[in-house]
Amino acid sequence: MIALLLRDLRLAIRSGGGFGLGLAFFLVVIVLTPFAVGPAPAGLAAIAPGVLWLGALLAALLTLDRIFALDWEDGSLEQLALVVPLEGLLFVKALAHWLTTGAMLALLAPVLGILLYLPQGGALPLFLGLIIGTPALSFIGAFGAALVVGIKRGGLLLSLLVLPLYVPTLIMGAEVARRGAQGMPYDVPLALSAALSLFALAIMPFAGAAALRASLR
Amino acid sequence: MCCSLRGGASRLRRSRYEARRMTLTVSGLGIGRTGRLLLRDVAFELAPGTALSVRGKNGLGKTTLLRTLAGLQPPLEGTLSHDPDAVAYAAHSDALKATLTVEETLRFWAQIYATDNAAAGIAAYGLDHLRARPGGELSAGQRRRCALARLVVSGRSIWLMDEPTAALDADGKSQLAAVLRTHLGQGGSAMMVNHGEHPIECTQLDLGVFEAAPEAARLDAFGEAVE
Repeated sequence: MIALLLRDLRLAIRSGGGFGLGLAFFLVVIVLTPFAVGPAPAGLAAIAPGVLWLGALLAALLTLDRIFALDWEDGSLEQLALVVPLEGLLFVKALAHWLTTGAMLALLAPVLGILLYLPQGGALPLFLGLIIGTPALSFIGAFGAALVVGIKRGGLLLSLLVLPLYVPTLIMGAEVARRGAQGMPYDVPLALSAALSLFALAIMPFAGAAALRASLR
Repeated sequence: MCCSLRGGASRLRRSRYEARRMTLTVSGLGIGRTGRLLLRDVAFELAPGTALSVRGKNGLGKTTLLRTLAGLQPPLEGTLSHDPDAVAYAAHSDALKATLTVEETLRFWAQIYATDNAAAGIAAYGLDHLRARPGGELSAGQRRRCALARLVVSGRSIWLMDEPTAALDADGKSQLAAVLRTHLGQGGSAMMVNHGEHPIECTQLDLGVFEAAPEAARLDAFGEAVE
């Protein structure tokens, strides 16, 4: 299992691995926001938490179909399924996706927050919200990716399937960032965010394994 | 020193083969794709130390049979009695990554299969000079060798191979033959789908006799003849 995780991370970092894809997308969204909505600090600061969260969510969504599609196309997924329990496979794949997108986005977001005049006190809650909330995005996403793995150009279907499941995480995560930015206590939405992530962590490997089993046959 | 080490490793591998030495017995098996029955009442036996060559026309269900035996899809009729953990499957696709080198790939699979056969796999197919070459820069024949080396790496006793000689040159075919002889000599068994010549002596299994709906096929042929 650790070998599989290391392989996925190695594949992600090497050229064409898509490690930079989500981060670059996030960067572009945040850098372009001031051009689109105007540079007034007050307006930017008000929307900063929401835009940062939305950017992170879309960046995670963008890289979802790579979780299984590449291994499916070259036959690696079949070979892995012969040896590795599918539940474990899904867990490791989702974890690798989180490490290369969610965790990286959480580190990057407070820095990019400066571009949107995110108040200084808001950086830590933003980071905490993302690092605790984004595992739900990766695990729900891995489940969605497992569902559409056999379908050519399944990306569109994947986005439609996964978006409604992302709504609670987005609401809670953005609420953490907003309250943090306004100096309000943010422990309740953070706890709910953690609950959503833990729920996804516990359920999605089994749901995803069932989906993979159906896709593989 | 090096030789004694290798001797120890092969003894270790042999003992594992003997522990897993098993006969693959199939009877009354119905297989198909997307719910459509392709073959029914499939029956054959694959004993340790033997190889079986599966023959049949295109679309008959040869690959489906291998996938079913590997445990990738459930049979439509009957059940499988063998331990799926004894089976290794070399599919059509080579399952190599463009950015991982040959050595990284085989080491990874050795870890996944929990064996230490990565070096044996590299040696068996003469991949030594390609160790550091990424998968994306290999020729079709080299990719195939790498995929076949995965069977050696797996340390499993029943090998299912889908057209193993595709893209292999004469050298590759003789390496495959040597590997198969060693494998069978150690009590392993192999079942392959092959359209060309066989790499080694094997028993023939013609799947045509198990075809699920010969009536429909005959009617079609009749219709064409009338036209």
